[in-house]
Amino acid sequence: MNTATPVRFDNVNVGDALPALDLPPLSRLTLALYCGASGDHNPIHVDLDFAKEAGMPDVFAHGMLSMAWLGRALTDWVPLAALRDFNVRFAAITHVGESIRCTGTVTEKFEHDGERRVRVSLATTNEAGVQKLLGEAVLSLP
Amino acid sequence: MIDRKYIGHTMPPFKVAVEAGRLRFFAKATGQTDPVYSQDEAARAAGHPGLPVPPTFLFCLEMESPDPAAIRNLLGLDYKRLLHGEQGFTYHRMAHAGDVLSFEQRIEDIYDKKGGALEFVVRKTRVSNQRGEHVAELRGVTVMRQPEKESA
Repeated sequence: MNTATPVRFDNVNVGDALPALDLPPLSRLTLALYCGASGDHNPIHVDLDFAKEAGMPDVFAHGMLSMAWLGRALTDWVPLAALRDFNVRFAAITHVGESIRCTGTVTEKFEHDGERRVRVSLATTNEAGVQKLLGEAVLSLP
Repeated sequence: MIDRKYIGHTMPPFKVAVEAGRLRFFAKATGQTDPVYSQDEAARAAGHPGLPVPPTFLFCLEMESPDPAAIRNLLGLDYKRLLHGEQGFTYHRMAHAGDVLSFEQRIEDIYDKKGGALEFVVRKTRVSNQRGEHVAELRGVTVMRQPEKESA
């Protein structure tokens, strides 16, 4: 939820960390719910038989579930309407049982299209610090 | 090998209605507890005309294509060997429950790495609303593993 005091461009510095978002250990129920809610019905994320046939030891998370969590971390910090760009690379698979942390760091402050914007680097990591998603976002700040 | 002739190919455009129930379900599935994403009153109190579409949900709406397998079938991609490599969004304006969004997909690029062991398909999708306003652009990179080429 957004804090009462909006994040302002003048109060943000390169190197500032966004509040981290910590997720509970990933459950199969979450994968089933995300399968239905997202409309991504690829069986590899929910059907163990299919996953094994495809050469995977188990079902695993949709990359876009982790990106949705990163989106939550962003919109916990700034209003949804502040988002201009949001890009990720899916670097490693997120497994059932892993506890994922979403983090972000301000890397640049600039002006574009008459707006004051910040660039934020983003990552999701498991409890061992292994990076799963890497990305960045551009946000417009008042 | 994926036929490079499909670079620049556009898919038939389609429209998808943004439904409040799906947005509530998505909020639940992603652990989003901010009531702005699930309760009409909270959304309106925050200045939205209806439940807002969260940052990545446009990708889900894109999957509501009347034929979600259209690009896979066109390019001959095997479901079991596909990975989602990258995903990006550029936002121009917000979308809300009740909007009807149009999706125009284009195959932007096809290329390979590691001697063909990995092939990449870049898809760009333009999203506009029922007023013809530009809402967003999506960029997705799908990776196809070609295991028989991995030793090459």
